Amino acid sequence: MSGHACLQHQAPANPALPTEAVILGRIQETEDIFTLQLRLTDPEQQWRLGIQPGQFNMLYRFGVGEIPISFKALGEDDQGQPVLEHTIRAVGRVSRALAALKPVERIGLRGPFGQGWPLHQAENMDLCVVTGGLGCAPAVSIIEHAFAHRALYGHIHIIQGVKHSADLLWRSRYEYWAQQPETTVMMAADVAAPGWPWYSGRVTELIKRLPLKPAQTLVCCCGPEPMMQASAEQLIRQQVPADAIWLSMERNMQCATGHCGHCQFGADFICRDGPVMPYPRLRDRLGLEGV
Amino acid sequence: MPASVYLPRRDLQCLLDLIVSQGYTLKGPQVIDGAILMRPLNSTSQLPKGLEQTQAPGEYRLQQTQGLRHFSWANGPQALKPLTFVPRETLWRSEAQPDGTLKFHESIDPPEPTAVLGVRGCDLAALALQDQHFAGDPYYQQRRQSLLLIAIDCSHPADTCFCASTRDGPDAKDGFDLALSELEEGFLVRAGSQQGTALMEQLQVSEPTLEQHQEAQSQLEQARQQQRHLPDFEPAELIQLNQHTAWDEVADACLSCGNCTSVCPSCFCFSESEAPELNGTESSHQRQWDSCFSEGHSYIHGHRFRPDTKGRYRQWLTHKFGSWVEQYGRSGCTGCGRCISWCPVGIDPLQVLTQLGETQS
Repeated sequence: MSGHACLQHQAPANPALPTEAVILGRIQETEDIFTLQLRLTDPEQQWRLGIQPGQFNMLYRFGVGEIPISFKALGEDDQGQPVLEHTIRAVGRVSRALAALKPVERIGLRGPFGQGWPLHQAENMDLCVVTGGLGCAPAVSIIEHAFAHRALYGHIHIIQGVKHSADLLWRSRYEYWAQQPETTVMMAADVAAPGWPWYSGRVTELIKRLPLKPAQTLVCCCGPEPMMQASAEQLIRQQVPADAIWLSMERNMQCATGHCGHCQFGADFICRDGPVMPYPRLRDRLGLEGV
Repeated sequence: MPASVYLPRRDLQCLLDLIVSQGYTLKGPQVIDGAILMRPLNSTSQLPKGLEQTQAPGEYRLQQTQGLRHFSWANGPQALKPLTFVPRETLWRSEAQPDGTLKFHESIDPPEPTAVLGVRGCDLAALALQDQHFAGDPYYQQRRQSLLLIAIDCSHPADTCFCASTRDGPDAKDGFDLALSELEEGFLVRAGSQQGTALMEQLQVSEPTLEQHQEAQSQLEQARQQQRHLPDFEPAELIQLNQHTAWDEVADACLSCGNCTSVCPSCFCFSESEAPELNGTESSHQRQWDSCFSEGHSYIHGHRFRPDTKGRYRQWLTHKFGSWVEQYGRSGCTGCGRCISWCPVGIDPLQVLTQLGETQS
């Protein structure tokens, strides 16, 4: 994490117990997507800011419950102190309750949980981030990380697919990245409104156009499973090694510690063994009905 | 096998008294509403006596005989699971302070030391599986560490049992403090831990006779002759039989009720929920047993990965017999047969496994 290298990882005595976080800011991204900026109030809990791109926290709304939310980025408050950013879509009981919160209100937080993107393996390689859908925080977190440590990575390819062109989130961020050296940004909308300057169609079509150097590229993929599977297979056809392709998976998670059983994907507990996992480990199970 | 000693039947009460005198709450088998359950126990008179049972797919019945034995039955619906992984418990409580801040309180009550009499080999093996799964769970571990286990070698397996083929029974293999082998006149007792050895040393026992050894051996041999066996299948390949017609057939019968996962001694799924107090300032975060047969088990923002019974049954079976091996180095089934007896429509997973091994029509 840039500027916060002193943060140490530490295991809590009881990983089921939350700690308090205060909301510093709240950004309404779209009608139903919002970002919370959080500070942990207990000085002894600051180690939790060591969260890595691709990992997640459990966010708790008093009296309502907990949900797993991907880490988006570490921002800074007015005093330059680190704040956790979580982007949430208000779709369920808990996320709607979180959406109703305002700055200064308190929530519970426990984490970080799970395996993030393979940052060390990615060093000195080209990064290819393929995202389907909107507000995909795991993808944004790895892109932000790569730009914060720009010298560690080669070319950065960013492919973002959305259903409708109006769904695109953080558009100015993508436009900013597109202007950076050694960076390719390509967008695809299944349905494009007039004036959409990018591609109209599927993400896999854009992958075909990428000037990849397959032997030195690491792929970070996040989105619906059929889209991730199709993207991974297309990348393999373009000679990217299967074990250089990493997917961020999603399942029902309640405990986040590999105990409650809901997130099992075959033998893997997505909360503990994932959410980010190498494609070869998932390949024979993706697309199986009901797995 | 460690050396056994002989405890006459009339002295079983001494063992019970000894355990209670060491500060344990003793639980043992008792007939409650027509089934054998583990309940607080002080006296051997509370134990079943001469009770036998019939178990079959969808059937569990007790029969009184003139026999003297306390353990001439295989198992009831309850394994050790509720003692360590309790059906419902509070994980933590939160408190909203007048200034808007939140306080969190861990909710782990020190468990009372509990001894269990009459634990079977299948349930010891299942406990070992749950020990693996809940290794990092402080709630489970605290209860687990306060257990004293008095096992019984199974002399009367039910028709639904197949512990011989999973190699988890009928005798108690390991993981017990004391193990008893019930004979007509008394018990052969062996220790499986230092605690067990210490208990055994305080009992009035004698050297078993050759005949007593032979009686124990021959009834064990007989108990091994079980009718049900695990069929041959390759655990790693189960999950790939995703489109086999066997799933459609079993889904036609299955009620998705979750009885099998409740009585299964190794099933570990739980859901978490919030129970706010009416005062608006306190709330407790709880967990309770869940089942992969429940509607919400695979739910994620508006989508269920397993919307139908077929998907849920397939998840249960492929996990128990397939992916469990990858997770924990062995199958999640210890051959207790409870899921067969307590299935209201009498589904036998061994039959489904057999079907899966056959070529599809």
